Amino acid sequence: MSTLAIDKAGPRRKVKYGSMSRDRAWALRWSYFFLALFAIFFLTPPLYMVITSLKSSAEISAATNPWWVFHPTLSNYLELLTSNQFLRFFWNSSIVSLVVVILTMLISVPAAFALARMRFWGSPTLATGVFLTYLIPDSLLFIPLFKMFALIQDLTGITLLNRWYVLLFVYPTLTVPFCTWIMIGYFASIPKELDEAAIIDGASWLQTLTRIFIPVALPGLIAATIFAFTVSWAQFLYPLVFTTSIDQLVLPVGITTTLIKGDVFNWGQIMTGALLGAAPPLIIYAFLMDYYIAGLTAGATKG
Amino acid sequence: MADVIVEHGRVAGSASARKRASLHNALRRKSTVAFFLTLPLILLIALLVLYPALFSIHLATLNKSMQKFVGFGNFTFLFKRETFWMVVKQSCIFAITAVVFKALIGFIVAHFVHNIPAKGQRKWRGMLLVPWVIPPAMSTLAWLWLFDPSYSAFNYTLSLFGIGPVNWLGDAAWARFSVILVNVWYGAPFFMIMYLAALKSVPEQLYEAAAIDGANWWQRIWYVTLPMMRNIIAITTLFSLIVTFANFDIVRILTSGGPLDRTQIFATYAFRVGIESSDIPLGASVSLFMVPILAVAAIFILRDVSKRGNES
Repeated sequence: MSTLAIDKAGPRRKVKYGSMSRDRAWALRWSYFFLALFAIFFLTPPLYMVITSLKSSAEISAATNPWWVFHPTLSNYLELLTSNQFLRFFWNSSIVSLVVVILTMLISVPAAFALARMRFWGSPTLATGVFLTYLIPDSLLFIPLFKMFALIQDLTGITLLNRWYVLLFVYPTLTVPFCTWIMIGYFASIPKELDEAAIIDGASWLQTLTRIFIPVALPGLIAATIFAFTVSWAQFLYPLVFTTSIDQLVLPVGITTTLIKGDVFNWGQIMTGALLGAAPPLIIYAFLMDYYIAGLTAGATKG
Repeated sequence: MADVIVEHGRVAGSASARKRASLHNALRRKSTVAFFLTLPLILLIALLVLYPALFSIHLATLNKSMQKFVGFGNFTFLFKRETFWMVVKQSCIFAITAVVFKALIGFIVAHFVHNIPAKGQRKWRGMLLVPWVIPPAMSTLAWLWLFDPSYSAFNYTLSLFGIGPVNWLGDAAWARFSVILVNVWYGAPFFMIMYLAALKSVPEQLYEAAAIDGANWWQRIWYVTLPMMRNIIAITTLFSLIVTFANFDIVRILTSGGPLDRTQIFATYAFRVGIESSDIPLGASVSLFMVPILAVAAIFILRDVSKRGNES
């Protein structure tokens, strides 16, 4: 069978080679064509956000060609960026995301270090448990958490519901498990010799963590930070359930609930708000794309 | 494991031998340090994940005013409601269809990106991942506007081809389609990135060997690429199944479950019942129905992850 194939391929080799390179050129052209199609599909909504955000309400209700801006205006941006309410949402979102990122790192990095390097009683179980926790979705826990916070309020008088800081307690449940998980992966990939050398030199465990592990696993740390930030910035269900007063809302909930006034949709402003709300993760992504992607893939390929 | 036990014994033994060991020494001991390093994590999981999960089971057995224990009363009530069975059916349709299309589109796009010269790959990859980066609540608003009944940009474009206005979110079948479409749009880039990473890890020699054996492109994908990527495909699909099954943002913003609960899925239905109609026990029971499906997916993922752990 194989000799036959070789005999057949022998004399036609030249022709075959030429056709193959032509095939490849066509394959490349088709690849670009389909990639362009998919890019259009993937980028239409964000581009449409930009287009609409540059229109005045008069132009939107005039029902002209929706894909083109005839009289570009920045009035939507000016209006939102000078509105105290919108700035309040932005501020709430920023402070919540920032504190959650710090909390997440403070909890997950030491824990990941202990789980990756210091084998102790129950550590494999705990590592598995952390991964399982990551798989528990927010839509499973929002009702019991809501009731829990209401009960705490009744029992101790500490107001948690309808306060933005309640989000500082619940967001880490979404960020910490994944960050711990990928940090375990990054820490485990550091050669053992490195920390053994540090221990021999008389470093304590904490010094090994801060002087060796954190600097060496810095790319992982950045990826985990980006993940924690994007998750807490984008979270929608928890703030929708736990906060209701306008001055306590974060961006995603604020935009969806307040810019829609009754049945009147001010689409120019909604799109502007959505675009401004999407800006921080997009900017981070634009500058730190490689870390962002490393964080995404690390969850499945490491550990 | 044996290693751990021996070490544990040694620590305990030395502790009893030197009872006057200072606190300083105790703090230097490995297990003590490890305990303190993991304590915040354990507390967080125990208090804000495990406890609410168990509390949810307790809540599901109470009546609406949460005064009386009703056992399985909420569940039998749900079983008798047609809406609930519709929610079950819709959740399954929604999750399975969306995940299949996400996986397919992700696989195709990853192949195309992998095909083009390495120089341009970064740029394309960067562009194609944008839907995943935008917070879903924000991008769904853009879709809502694209689907808008009176100013729909899609209907405008379709009308240029003479196709009549489509009632994207008002008609049950179209509303289901739209909700799935937006979910596919949001999730496919994630698959693309995962598959692209996996494609890059397939050794080039395998393709060369296949080419020498005279395999065509389809055989190369079927006999080389897919077996090499099986692990990643399995884990990404299962993970996405969990996330899609539990999805809330997209359905909530796009249709809030309407028209007539025709796009209601578990998360949005639990929200409607538990928070909006403030029947917390019933809402808790609804969301508990997600557990079996999530558990099955989780077991498979876990098996895969531990298998990989043993290999490395």
